Amino acid sequence: MTFDLINSLYVFMLAGFIGFEVIRRVSPLLHTPLMSLTNALDAIAVVGAIVIAGEAKTTFSTVLGAIAIVAAMSNVVGGFLITDRMLRMFKATKTKKS
Amino acid sequence: MTPFATQHIIEVCYLVATALFILSLKWLSAPSTARRGVWAGELGMVLAIGGTLLHHGIIEYQWILIALVLGTIIGVPLGLVQMTAVPQRTALSHACGALCVTLVGTAEFYLRAPNVPPFMMAVLCLEVILGSLTITGSLMASGKLQEILPQRPITYRGQNFVNLSLLGIAIVLAVFLVLNPGHKALFPLIVFIPLVFGVMMIIPIGGADMPTVISLLNSYAGLSAAAMGFVLDSKLLIIAGALDGSSGFILSVIMSKAMNRSFSNVLFGAFGQVQVSTATAKEERTVRSATAEEASTILAAANTVVIVPGYGMAVAQAQHKVRELFDALTKRGVDVKFGIHPVAGRMPGHMNVLLAEADIPYDRLLDMDSINPDFPQTDVALIIGANDVTNPAARTDQASPIYGMPILDVDKARTVMVIKRSMNPGFAGIANPLYYLDKTLMLFGDAKGFVGDIVRELTGGGH
Repeated sequence: MTFDLINSLYVFMLAGFIGFEVIRRVSPLLHTPLMSLTNALDAIAVVGAIVIAGEAKTTFSTVLGAIAIVAAMSNVVGGFLITDRMLRMFKATKTKKS
Repeated sequence: MTPFATQHIIEVCYLVATALFILSLKWLSAPSTARRGVWAGELGMVLAIGGTLLHHGIIEYQWILIALVLGTIIGVPLGLVQMTAVPQRTALSHACGALCVTLVGTAEFYLRAPNVPPFMMAVLCLEVILGSLTITGSLMASGKLQEILPQRPITYRGQNFVNLSLLGIAIVLAVFLVLNPGHKALFPLIVFIPLVFGVMMIIPIGGADMPTVISLLNSYAGLSAAAMGFVLDSKLLIIAGALDGSSGFILSVIMSKAMNRSFSNVLFGAFGQVQVSTATAKEERTVRSATAEEASTILAAANTVVIVPGYGMAVAQAQHKVRELFDALTKRGVDVKFGIHPVAGRMPGHMNVLLAEADIPYDRLLDMDSINPDFPQTDVALIIGANDVTNPAARTDQASPIYGMPILDVDKARTVMVIKRSMNPGFAGIANPLYYLDKTLMLFGDAKGFVGDIVRELTGGGH
């Protein structure tokens, strides 16, 4: 138990550093898509909701799990969709060849 | 397949998904690779969800599938909203993410209590507190951005005291529950009080503070998901939550620096103080105004023009007219660039997305640090719907509430033009001395209409 906890804390710390270093490099140009993409990735919480709903231990937990799936899944689909739509709009100046 | 082998498959799926998530954010760093980043994220998500469905503990698939389909049906329209509605959509999605985390946390509590070790209970409480306050906070922010709720900040005496007390009570109850896991009756309060706190936290916040607030809520949503990862012992969730949390954190730091707010000011959500209207003596100062015809003559004669967009451009939906202006001037050989302040608009990067939507090449969009050295060599700085981010008082007037805030140095350009509805001060109620400079021309009117008039003069007039 405590061993797992220490492991998890290490994972959290390392992921925090990776996140900091990777996201620091994102151009301010793309801050809006960054936010919608991290939102979509964050909706990975859906895996926890799937397990809760699927284990069907109590009616209460199943219902909460199912609502949680709906909420997270709307973020997955909506988040990726809008991020891709935004990124498709970013075009560089066309270099004219004449 | 044995449960053991299945467990291995799931773990490998999660491992690959984690790698893809990190690559996804790495590829987002530049526009040329950014779309690949989205695909990597999508693939990772499919792997993670697919792997989870193999989980041996799942005995009932019916509700999962119905919920997944329902979520998809709701998600599609949320992914297809207008670009001008992106800030409120983003706030709404923070609420959805936090809702998922809070519901799972609640379900976990009632499945496990009272057999929850102290650390696990602490993390569970953290998950639920952050989740709940993010749900209502984000809904409030979304409502304000959608203009369902009044946008003006509402402040009252002792506001910070009330808010911090609410949060304090929730934390004290959580600590008590950690020490006495048998008191299950306390748990609903630990969900409910932060829900109220979330509402109270956003009440004093006005539109100009939204970029910081949205980033902060983003960070909270990520941290609550990471806490959920601790509870469920899922490395994938911890990492995804940490990535989202650090992203929101970095963005809130950038936003708070761009508004010259201290970091503790951001963390405690004590926004809105700037609104204390500074009763500046109303001097009778003259402004020079100009017509679209005069403005177009000056613009056509310029070599370099920097356009500074602000929230007013978004409100007037003027981005497509601005593109026409960009085309007309570029055709005449004028070098047109855009200077974008980090907090222009209602969320980080808001202006870039709107201008990209209008087909303006992204290499013409420059951030504050890149564009500021160019202003002394700029013939015309054209300000469309921006105010405080161009206020030179931030550099010179120590008495100004925005003193110290980094601004776009438009006043260093040879001519400044400001498209504005009237002389009313901006959101923060701060007078802008820029408007009274000799080199400044005020173009009174609606952003979309006025830019349209200038374009007509430039293209149609022919003289």
